[in-house]
Amino acid sequence: MSFDVPDERRYLESHEWALETDGVVRVGISDFAQDELGDVVFVELPDEGDDLEQGTEFGVVESIKAVSDLYAPVGGEVVAINADLFDAPELVNEDPFGEGWMLEIEADDPDELEVLLTAEEYEDQIA
Amino acid sequence: MPLQTPPLRGIHDERGAKFTEFGGWDMPVEFDSIQTEHAAVREDVGIFDVSHMGQIHVTGPDATELMQRLTSNDVSRLSVGDSQYAAITDEDGIVIDDTVVYRLPDDDETPQESHGDGDAADGEPTYLFVPNAGTDEATHERWLSYRNEWDLEATVDNRTDEYAMFAVQGPNAVDLVASITADPVGDLERFEAQYATIDGVDCWTARTGYTGEDGFELIVPWADAAEIWTALDCQPCGLGARDTLRIEAGLLLAGQDFDHEDNPRTPYEAGIGFTVALETEFVGRDALAAVDAAGVDERLVGFQLIDRGVPRHGYDITTTESRVIGTVTSGTMSPTLEKPIGLGYVPVEYAEPGTTLQVVVRGQSKKARVETTPFIDTV
Repeated sequence: MSFDVPDERRYLESHEWALETDGVVRVGISDFAQDELGDVVFVELPDEGDDLEQGTEFGVVESIKAVSDLYAPVGGEVVAINADLFDAPELVNEDPFGEGWMLEIEADDPDELEVLLTAEEYEDQIA
Repeated sequence: MPLQTPPLRGIHDERGAKFTEFGGWDMPVEFDSIQTEHAAVREDVGIFDVSHMGQIHVTGPDATELMQRLTSNDVSRLSVGDSQYAAITDEDGIVIDDTVVYRLPDDDETPQESHGDGDAADGEPTYLFVPNAGTDEATHERWLSYRNEWDLEATVDNRTDEYAMFAVQGPNAVDLVASITADPVGDLERFEAQYATIDGVDCWTARTGYTGEDGFELIVPWADAAEIWTALDCQPCGLGARDTLRIEAGLLLAGQDFDHEDNPRTPYEAGIGFTVALETEFVGRDALAAVDAAGVDERLVGFQLIDRGVPRHGYDITTTESRVIGTVTSGTMSPTLEKPIGLGYVPVEYAEPGTTLQVVVRGQSKKARVETTPFIDTV
């Protein structure tokens, strides 16, 4: 079984991905993570305006069989959440790097991303 | 301790199954996705490998008495080809395990020898019962020790490693099995069983299951397991879907909805009082007669979460004033209803359907409502 690991993103060991565009970091979970969880049935996200620190919990994703905490890849203010996931949590399974995104953080310090895993390093972790 | 492996571990692996440890066995938990497998069973047909279930064979002049005195139901009512659901209780009436007891043809020795053509007039009564995964050795010991204590003439064999077990479940399950055997399995009533010959192999075929759907459970000689599995060509399903299906059907999981050590319950509390035949003599009978007369303080209920969230084993159940009154024993997002549902014990005054409760999900109180079980229409 092989999993998508898009090159341009950074990853956490806990399987979140981060994609920065002009200081705003979009966050979701990896293809590997969605496959491990199985059918995602529930996603809990913070509110827009909440402040997160790098590495802290920002929410929960639940599949039928498991509960998994979600960790912030970067510190900053939550500027958007993907409210579509409340009614269609299966988007996380269907399109984890696209429509299954979870939130956007306006990074206090985009350099924090540098400590995260590269695609290559993450691929080694899940191999 | 190394995990026990079902006979078809390799076949499941090739099919792309994910595995999990369950009751000391390395079992397939998911083949495609729980929702896909669940839907196949509700709408069409699916097959489960449940070879982790135990099989204990009991035969001899006193076999009926031994079974009667160690299970809660009335074994004397079983004719050849009947089966019944029963609890195995201790002296205090606490459920140790739940099981299905099958009455085999008299003197039947399958799979070790070929079985006879049915009810030999002067044969010895013979039973096969199915304790839960990982409990077969302790159960076998229990049967032997009581047999010796009561000086009964019966042979008790643990044949867990000789039989595979498959469950074929769903509205089209009967047609599927009937299409590959000449035996009239479609004529069986619920909880009736017979041998059906599939690809030349005699399979003990019972109209029982753990999903709320129609279908069969087949007990198959381990050596022929691959052949039979392949012949029963339909959606393979893992333990994940087995769990969501049985929760929707309001069926208990041993070790979770009751546990002899961690969550000791009588059959009455667990909602399986219908398995208790007080007119028979069995271990725990007197204690249960007292419980039956006095009534229970708590019992297992089904509930649905009204707020968003998923109830899980071990979460607190509280009153609307947040006083803790019970614990969730099983919970899931119901694939059929697309609603979060669960089972748990509450005091009887909170057990009426429609009662509003709360379930504490990771520190947050979520509103819940007591529901009648099963949650779905079942056979």
